[in-house]
Amino acid sequence: MSNLEPTAEQIKEQKLYRDMGLSDEEFAMVEKILGRLPNWTETGLFSVMWSEHCSYKNSKPVLRKFPTNGPRVLQGPGEGAGIVDIGDEQAVVFKMESHNHPSAIEPYQGAATGVGGIIRDVFSMGARPIALLNSLRFGELKSPRVKYLFEEVVAGIAGYGNCIGIPTVGGEVQFDPCYEGNPLVNAMCVGLIDHKDIQKGVAKGVGNTVMYVGAKTGRDGIHGATFASEELSEESEENRPAVQVGDPFMEKLLLEACLEVVKSDALVGIQDMGAAGLTSSSAEMASKAGSGIEMNLDLVPQRETGMTAYEMMLSESQERMLLVVKKGREEEIKQIFEKYGLDAVAIGRVTDDKMLRLIHKGEVVAEVPADALAEDAPVYHKPSKEPAYFSEFQAMENAEPEVSDLKETLKQLLQAPTIASKEWVYNQFDYQVRTNTVVTPGSDAAVLRIRGTNKALAMTADCNSRYIYLDPETGGKIAVAEAARNIVASGGEPLAITDCLNFGNPEKPEIFWQLEKSADGISAACTALKTPVISGNVSLYNEHSGQAVYPTPTIGMVGLIQDLSHVTTQQVKQAGDVVYILGETKTEFGGSELQKLVHGKIFGKAPSIDLEVEAARQKALLSAIRAGLVQSAHDVSEGGVAVALAEKTFGTEGLGLHVRLEGSPVTALFSESQSRFIVTVKEENVKQFEELITDAKKIGLVTNDGKITIEGESGLLIEGSVEEFCSAWKGAIPCLLKSEA
Amino acid sequence: MKFAVLVFPGSNCDIDMYHAIKDELGEEVEYVWHDATDLSKFDAILIPGGFSYGDYLRCGAMASQSNVMKAVKKAAEEGKPVLGVCNGFQILTEAGLLPGVLLRNQNLKFICRTVQLKVENNNTLFTNQYEQGQIINIPIAHGEGNYFCDEETLKKLQEKNQIVFTYSGENPNGSLSDIAGIVNERGNVLGMMPHPERAVDALLGSADGLALFKSIVKQWRESHV
Repeated sequence: MSNLEPTAEQIKEQKLYRDMGLSDEEFAMVEKILGRLPNWTETGLFSVMWSEHCSYKNSKPVLRKFPTNGPRVLQGPGEGAGIVDIGDEQAVVFKMESHNHPSAIEPYQGAATGVGGIIRDVFSMGARPIALLNSLRFGELKSPRVKYLFEEVVAGIAGYGNCIGIPTVGGEVQFDPCYEGNPLVNAMCVGLIDHKDIQKGVAKGVGNTVMYVGAKTGRDGIHGATFASEELSEESEENRPAVQVGDPFMEKLLLEACLEVVKSDALVGIQDMGAAGLTSSSAEMASKAGSGIEMNLDLVPQRETGMTAYEMMLSESQERMLLVVKKGREEEIKQIFEKYGLDAVAIGRVTDDKMLRLIHKGEVVAEVPADALAEDAPVYHKPSKEPAYFSEFQAMENAEPEVSDLKETLKQLLQAPTIASKEWVYNQFDYQVRTNTVVTPGSDAAVLRIRGTNKALAMTADCNSRYIYLDPETGGKIAVAEAARNIVASGGEPLAITDCLNFGNPEKPEIFWQLEKSADGISAACTALKTPVISGNVSLYNEHSGQAVYPTPTIGMVGLIQDLSHVTTQQVKQAGDVVYILGETKTEFGGSELQKLVHGKIFGKAPSIDLEVEAARQKALLSAIRAGLVQSAHDVSEGGVAVALAEKTFGTEGLGLHVRLEGSPVTALFSESQSRFIVTVKEENVKQFEELITDAKKIGLVTNDGKITIEGESGLLIEGSVEEFCSAWKGAIPCLLKSEA
Repeated sequence: MKFAVLVFPGSNCDIDMYHAIKDELGEEVEYVWHDATDLSKFDAILIPGGFSYGDYLRCGAMASQSNVMKAVKKAAEEGKPVLGVCNGFQILTEAGLLPGVLLRNQNLKFICRTVQLKVENNNTLFTNQYEQGQIINIPIAHGEGNYFCDEETLKKLQEKNQIVFTYSGENPNGSLSDIAGIVNERGNVLGMMPHPERAVDALLGSADGLALFKSIVKQWRESHV
């Protein structure tokens, strides 16, 4: 052990544990669990394992609200990723995770390793990763810093995903001032698995061998999990060494080797060394199996010399996995990794004493109950308080923002970075590799075929955090409903969700209230839409200099498309097709893109949502799609009907739309009322379609004049060429990036 | 006809190439790991895209030194068709089987989208199923596809009709003379940045790449009656 490390007495007397994020009470608990003072290494183990990032100590009471069961769920929250049955002995595996803090100070590597981490979570279950998605939040694209963060985060995601050869097929980007100093980078990975190959992270079987595989351990990312559980400030730059460095080539090798290993019955358990690295993987694997683990740290492959036990255990070096292998079969496992030029080293064994015991240079340097690290972190029921703004917003009447020029307003909305084409982003992602991508980025959901079957998967990531800020419960419902709408509009049946709960500091009662209420909303919607929560991640302390981000519980959803013929996209297909709107339009502008455009801020009530109506409408639309009656479908979201109509024409060759909308023009065009779709139907199918969806309202026709013509009750509202609107929509982000701050 | 799909550590379009041959072309195909030394049982060699050796050092540089590339050179000398796509093209230039180099894209970013190619020479064993001058839709996905060579080489490529594909309309990456794919002098080694193996099924957007593989089979059948 390094004699530079403080002694157990010094740690206590000088309260050095506080620097690692442990409170006085928590340190006292550790002392009580051990019946003695923890040494430096042990203090480190507890501090990372009891960080919010690893223990969910502040969010557990909230997470318990989520419905996690369903007839198709094979694995709910608690393992690397959740698993849902899709029939034919196959299952889909997915999870979303945040990498916000690292991306705030080192955007390229922060984003890249976020991708790397979520991929490992999926293949540690034994699944072949088939797709990546992301959900990103930045400040307004005006300051050089925000532009830099945006460009580098996108480059980091591209750099990792492209190299490892997993297509990045979808995602979303939202821009709002609250994310200026604390961007959000959420990455989602979807994998495919045969039921028989499902793995778990368990250290079963006393005497079995603990093997370390993959990249060597260095000093990078030490205390990353602890850093992720603090607010950002001007000083956060000093935490740059807590950001890991990714090597997608190494992970590609690790991925292929692990997918070979899971076919071997010599493997007992496997888990990613993610946050809190060797500590969390070993403690959790032992705890889940009710066993112990003893490891000799001298045997850990090391990239640097003179590493201490503390450094090795807390390192978050990337591209590493921990395996438990049947005793005597280590050589078989080694050979597989050797083929890929990777280390596979026996570093310990499974014991029956439920302890995590670490040996370094012949001495026992840590000896702590595995359960205490993995399971016994304190759980806090944080005080919750309704923020003052909420009742103020609720008391406001819904009003239309004042608009003078409707056409110009539509153009400006199309140019708003949150709505504008994200081509600049996704053209940097290889979204086609592995040649399964049927619907590429830019439609409501991405669609991938399942090779060897006639089925496909639809996937999306969504969250309108403006609604959630105004009204967390309603906004939480909308986030799930919108994701489901995107799946349904693509021809899929929503299966389940993963969530990534990005919030501010939960120690502030108003923030905790946001967390609680939005979880209530998400739970209600998941129940109504029959999409249980199968995995997720919590990222708290998303604040910069005391300013919290909007509550942003990102929803990742996967749906099953029964037959490739059901795949539906948003683009109109043929002149003469009839255009319908499904759902009621009300005057709802709280948190809308138009409100932001006109007032420069958001306020008032979030759009209302009735989950029963939502569920029934989605079901009806899906049945119409499955009956082959729908040519195109698009959900109405940010920017309202006008934006949705325009988007339906983009990317078509010479087609246009001519529609007539009822009611007040501004509401009809730009309101963000929920539970609405715009669909087009072939003339010959109109009768059948209207019988199936009785409340569908015919609003016009698809034309071949390359124009968008929208009439109101009292005449023409908007008329212009598709090209004119499309170039505004396409050019906005590249133009903002080039402009001087 | 039997195809080999080479697999280097970091190859990631190997599966796409494999399925294009097996599912769409209906020919025999096998993966071949980078340490193989004998390719004599194969009739054509396919070098897929990806990031062999993580693109470390230079794209394709490390892979060009691998065991299997000695066997590829032998196969090329014997006149067997050798196709390198994307990273495969980079490997072929690094191995000296094709002239020139692939530089970073002019915009310094990775680009993934479907582009239009013009068939400049349909008189090769890779393009006999296309019309001369035909415009085809093929996806690109690369960060370093900006083809470059010296003037003398370019002149030679032009004179000997070695430029097989060019970008039609917009040049996505800044490549010299809009070059998207070239063959060696003998005409049996083709390197191209766009991915024909991603364009073999209309379900995924385009099937324009299938004719390239069919061309290889046709030529082989005719010479192996």
